Amino acid sequence: MTDVIVPQIVGGEPAYAVHEEHGPTGLMKWITTTDHKVIGLSYMITSIVLFYVAGLLALGIRVQLTTPHGTFISFQQYNELFTMHGSIMMYLFAGPFAFGGLANYIVPLQIGAPDMAFPRLNALSYWLYLGGSIMMLLTFGVAGGAADFGWVAYAPLSTTTYTPGIGADLWIMALVLTGFSAIFTGVNLITTIFYLRAPGMTMFRMPIFTWNMLVTGILILIAFPVLTAALVLLFADRHFGAKIYAVTGCHTVTGAVDVHACGSAVLWQNLFWFFGHPEVYILALPFFGIVTEILPVFSKKPVFGYKGMVFATMSIAALSTGVWAHHMFTTGTVLLPFFSLMSLLIAVPTGIKFFNWIGTMWRGQLVYTTPMLMSIGFLLAFLMGGVTGVMLASPPIDFFVHTTYFVVAHFHQVLFGTAVFAGFAGLYYWYPKMFGRMLNDRLGKLHFWLMFVGFWVTYIPMYVLGLSGMPRRVASYPTGLGWRMWNDVSTVGSFMIAVSFLILLVNLWVSWRYPVPAGDNPWDGHTLEWFTTSPPPHHNYTHLPVIRSERPTWDYNHPDAPNIPIHGDRGGGTHPNGHGPYGNGNGTGSPGHGDGASGAAEEVPAT
Amino acid sequence: MRRAQPSTSWHALDLRLRISAAVWLVSQIVDQSPSGSPSVASAPGPAPAPTSSSPQPARHRPRWLVALVVTAGGLLLAGCNLPTFGAHRAISTQGQDSMKLWQGFFITGVTILVIVFALIMWAVFRYRRRSEAIPRQFQYHTLIEIIYTAIPIVIVLILFGFTFVTENNVDALPKPKISVTVTGFQWGWRFHYTTKHVTVIGVELQDPEMVLPENETVRIYLESHDVIHGFYVPALIFSRYAQPGIINKFTLNLHTLGTFRGQCTQFCGLYHSLMRFRLKVVTPAQFAAWVSAHQSTGPEASISNAEKTALARSTGHATPTTTTGGAGS
Repeated sequence: MTDVIVPQIVGGEPAYAVHEEHGPTGLMKWITTTDHKVIGLSYMITSIVLFYVAGLLALGIRVQLTTPHGTFISFQQYNELFTMHGSIMMYLFAGPFAFGGLANYIVPLQIGAPDMAFPRLNALSYWLYLGGSIMMLLTFGVAGGAADFGWVAYAPLSTTTYTPGIGADLWIMALVLTGFSAIFTGVNLITTIFYLRAPGMTMFRMPIFTWNMLVTGILILIAFPVLTAALVLLFADRHFGAKIYAVTGCHTVTGAVDVHACGSAVLWQNLFWFFGHPEVYILALPFFGIVTEILPVFSKKPVFGYKGMVFATMSIAALSTGVWAHHMFTTGTVLLPFFSLMSLLIAVPTGIKFFNWIGTMWRGQLVYTTPMLMSIGFLLAFLMGGVTGVMLASPPIDFFVHTTYFVVAHFHQVLFGTAVFAGFAGLYYWYPKMFGRMLNDRLGKLHFWLMFVGFWVTYIPMYVLGLSGMPRRVASYPTGLGWRMWNDVSTVGSFMIAVSFLILLVNLWVSWRYPVPAGDNPWDGHTLEWFTTSPPPHHNYTHLPVIRSERPTWDYNHPDAPNIPIHGDRGGGTHPNGHGPYGNGNGTGSPGHGDGASGAAEEVPAT
Repeated sequence: MRRAQPSTSWHALDLRLRISAAVWLVSQIVDQSPSGSPSVASAPGPAPAPTSSSPQPARHRPRWLVALVVTAGGLLLAGCNLPTFGAHRAISTQGQDSMKLWQGFFITGVTILVIVFALIMWAVFRYRRRSEAIPRQFQYHTLIEIIYTAIPIVIVLILFGFTFVTENNVDALPKPKISVTVTGFQWGWRFHYTTKHVTVIGVELQDPEMVLPENETVRIYLESHDVIHGFYVPALIFSRYAQPGIINKFTLNLHTLGTFRGQCTQFCGLYHSLMRFRLKVVTPAQFAAWVSAHQSTGPEASISNAEKTALARSTGHATPTTTTGGAGS
């Protein structure tokens, strides 16, 4: 029954299967390109540079906290540092790296598309993002310094009365620009996924990475316009006296509030977190997707519970739009039970994902390459971050640890687990596809282990500090509370992480200087992107395999080991392929191939 | 035919029990053992029997069971006097309620953490590559998927139940004996004892002290003059925002004497780090003495008439005479 393996030329006429690179080369290529791969790489390079910048800022924060009355930097500088660390990591690294970078590069490949649906809009997205990022960084140079109100910019602290500097204005405008960038990329990806899938690539044959990017795109369209609007209103407050959030000029002492003269401080929080909590999942879902690509490949098994995974992603996205006020439990203005229950419920689909990941590894043949180690690092990091997240979903516990280092530890475990462990897992995983050369696995493992140990050494002490009452965002803390020791441990851990990222730089340099050819499919990958060359040609594909499951390349390379579709069906057998334009693939006129014995198969190296 | 009915449902119940006891895991493991046949695996039944007779299929079982029994037994023994897991001992009844909830969440969280961690580690070590053979390409197991969807839902609903009860206790507003209006400002605190005509004001670098009696119902009215601040006393196991334009109310029933550290938690600008205060809990007699010592004397500086009027209006009392006091007043 090995009727599956029939490579075909899609569409018969190779309209976009042009081999030669067209257009300018060199720097002009990077500036004028509309190729999703080049734009994706631009995104990734820019966001990783910003990641290093924000990491340096974090080291400044950690150094300041090594002693109780830290004098490494001033209070003002400290406030700017944590604001910019958070802003860059949240707005300019994690999202753009995954959504602008990896998704841009990988999603069209995974669905067999020649490019994104709107290539020029894609380029515009990148340039908006780059402009916004530069604007954000330049704020360090303006009079009054960078924004210093935290990445959440709570009003009324962010109004001109309390933060008059131009740094705050540039911060707002930078976020408006990158916000539009995200919205455009969201539109682009959603359209690409809905309209440019290759023949046979039905929705339920899309890789989970692509699924997660689709759901992320939808979340972006829900969340980012709210942020952009809220920022515009904040700008109006600051410069046109709109009094939307501002509370100056009206009596604010008990009982004397003139509602007509007064803005609402809580309004900002509601708008911000209505963006902010979906944003957390905008930052998490792409990385879940990366891990869901890597675990099956290095377990040599299909992803366990594929459909459950898809619906879990959708329910996370749906629930995430109804939980924003769990950041506002201590404002005393929100309906606690509703937001508490919704937040707790997110643990259910997240748990499904966890068990699916474990089930994917279960009874596999696990190969511990760097991407796999990073993915397991993600599982462990995110596990603990997730469990403490459930604790925070309970209002009385949130009253207790809100805005303490407990929360800092929680969200760093979640975001470091996703954006860094899973994010760099993705980099190690797809780097061979992007550049046709391998990253050194031993250096990669050194990077992983140093980062993994550093991660726990950095963040576990923060839980202890938070529980003993250390608030976040303090530049100085008193002696005699036993906080110094834990802060020192945390700082040591942060430097271990920093060193591990120097190793990554060395690794990138080594791969650049002494290239090790990767071949098209070094990992025995499952999904379509491993079918084409590394790096892929200008319009991605000259041939496509028959797509009849969510891992066409695996089916092509392992015709004897298809998915076992139904539980208990120990007889194996292929999925009854009733749909898709190829029907049964039998006798379609194309030359049938045995096990990679023909021209097309040359693009797919034997395992 | 009718006789067959109960036996099937009994079988299903058996299965459910096995699973709810997490013994499905064991059966999975037993399936792995070279000669373990499925019938042997299902033989132990619902009760995790530590003294299993057949040695071979039970090879991995003791480890799991010991871990489970030790965890469960430890929790039972710890019983009513649980540790606070890194937190302060609560000094108020509301704080004690939250503490119990925290302890429950902590134990549940650590249990889940350990179980999932063990599963991951099992997969990581047990299934590392041993041959080039391609493993069985299974993808779905409906029953297991339903189980690991249903069990978290149950856990979450239980957690929500406890949360709901606790938050109603913590947020309850019984009729107070003493009311204090706490005002946060950049970067200090003011404590105004509305019925006692006493005001304590602190400025940065000079921490004010909020004196409260034990065993009385105290209501705090919390507000801000400028930006958002966070009223936080770790020993209360509680924090709440002080916001401009909003008055937050909460109740304290303190039962532990002593002086406790408090601090602003919501970032509020340059000197946020130094916006500290102290909470001093004294006996009712000492409190009365403290009040009379600070009542209606001293200059009326550092609080404007407008604010005084506003404060008075807020609580419906006559204009109070005010006293300023710095640290340790």
